[in-house]
Amino acid sequence: MSTHPTVTGIDTDTGRNLRLAEANSPSSKVLRLPESEPLRLACDQLLAPISIAYETYGELNADKSNAILVCHALTADQYAASQHPVTKKPGWWSTIIGPGKPVDTNRYFVICSNILGGCMGSTGPASIDPKTGSPYALNFPVITIGDMVNAQARLIDHLGIDQLFCVIGGSMGGMQVLEWAASHPERVFSAVPIATAAGHSSQNIAFHEVGRQAVMADPDWCGGDYHSHGKVPRNGLSVARMAAHITYLSEDALHRKFGRNLQERSKVTFSFNADFQVESYLRHQGSTFVDRFDANSYLYITRAMDYFDLANERGDILANAFRGTKTRFCVVSFTSDWLYPTRESREIVHALNAVAANVSFVEIDSDKGHDAFLLEEPEFFATVRGFLSAAGVKRGLKV
Amino acid sequence: MLKPNTPVSGPHRADHLLIAEMVEPGSRVLDVGCGDGALLQLLADTKNADGRGVELSRERVNACVMRGLSVIQGDADRDLADYPDRAFDYAILSLTIQATRHPKTVLENLLRIGRRAIVSFPNFGHWRIRADLLFTGRMPQTANLPDTWYASPNGHLCTIKDFDDLAALLNADVEEAVAFNSSGKRLPIRHSLSLQNLLGEKAVFLLRQRT
Repeated sequence: MSTHPTVTGIDTDTGRNLRLAEANSPSSKVLRLPESEPLRLACDQLLAPISIAYETYGELNADKSNAILVCHALTADQYAASQHPVTKKPGWWSTIIGPGKPVDTNRYFVICSNILGGCMGSTGPASIDPKTGSPYALNFPVITIGDMVNAQARLIDHLGIDQLFCVIGGSMGGMQVLEWAASHPERVFSAVPIATAAGHSSQNIAFHEVGRQAVMADPDWCGGDYHSHGKVPRNGLSVARMAAHITYLSEDALHRKFGRNLQERSKVTFSFNADFQVESYLRHQGSTFVDRFDANSYLYITRAMDYFDLANERGDILANAFRGTKTRFCVVSFTSDWLYPTRESREIVHALNAVAANVSFVEIDSDKGHDAFLLEEPEFFATVRGFLSAAGVKRGLKV
Repeated sequence: MLKPNTPVSGPHRADHLLIAEMVEPGSRVLDVGCGDGALLQLLADTKNADGRGVELSRERVNACVMRGLSVIQGDADRDLADYPDRAFDYAILSLTIQATRHPKTVLENLLRIGRRAIVSFPNFGHWRIRADLLFTGRMPQTANLPDTWYASPNGHLCTIKDFDDLAALLNADVEEAVAFNSSGKRLPIRHSLSLQNLLGEKAVFLLRQRT
């Protein structure tokens, strides 16, 4: 009887091999930039060569004016609207992207790339370092949201697109949206930052630190070098995921779903087994996450989010990030999201108002917490559809 | 729920049509208290205006954005301070000023944000309201102002003359003052504020800050 939070998922060796294969030769499209085209990172290092794994949906029109870049959140990837090669599940945003859906692939050309630092084919700590022939692990440089966006910009260059019709994303994806709008304003016709913030809050940094410490406390992490020891810090990463998962939900949603219900038993067992349904659910979330995600990637990406602060780089005045912008913004928050509360979206809106930017702002009534942006919320979907349609008219897209 | 991008079909609100007459084509417009976005849509359709809205009710904001209008959830009393000077050609407040907590501050902000401000409001100086108060001794309830005093959102009702005084106090030139009745008919009185104040059920003022 195990008191460990893990439930056996995919067999460890098979899982590890599958993950390493996807990290280095992904099932999706991939842009490989040679040694001669390095990326200068915020930490001032040069990173090369670089791979950017991506998926596209729909058709790019003749004047390349209908491209939408979808930016993914912490643990998602380029498979926004196509089947995930490891979990075999539908794309993480397949409810909103597709023919006739709010992000309508009959009208728009949709691009989603795995972020720099990710583990599904873009260069990250699980990628093979050509200098050593083994995964970078902790030799990978610490990256920022700005670095991720600069890597995406290389992909957009490669696709021959000058200006994106829209950049859209939630949570960390929303941070990338804001970074795009602030650093490449002329390349962003419209922007939809969802359930996000212009700077990571102290509370969010704190939660991330708990997750990282859980990973690093696992002896199987091996100081970051678990690949060469043939190990995976399953317990540490799954605890990190369990803690994080709670922050993605709301108290009401948890209570409605689980209450104090017991898991396949009629009374408590006076043990540390998963007596409660909510425990069993979290253990499952932790375990399935480990099957598909690289532990070091989790450390690097959470760090990038912690470092994100658009105002700090601009004299502590957020409005400076958007001065002179011509981008049309639609800021979206959810009432029960306590990880990125409406207050933080409102700060973005205030900064945009201060430069008289074209901005819409809606707060969607939902009790599903931060995760609401991944779920089918009719009012949210109608907002995205309406905003994109109106922006499309301004952009001169054919209906 | 409104369908995205459905044009607002008439009949248009009387004060909206009068406001639209005052707006130059192709202007940048901020509509404070924009409601369901009917005025913004009218200005976009007939004046090719680049419009933005601020609205207190979340449901109405969301309905506006779904229809493709640029609207944020906000409060005239709290959120106007964010906007820079002269950010818009017109800052508009239609039938809302009487419901704000600080009408003077709101009007100051409108005059600062817009090169011109357009304000419409119900006229408490109309003869029927005067007569109501005189003969019943109770707060008037009319078709225009149907709420009881205790349920009314209108904490700062004023007359046309009161509003004109406030404009003067804030150093604003009245470029146009139009009084109209409930059916939206513009009164043929142009030069007598007293007569407008007596006979107009509502009014629209076009103001400009004196420099």
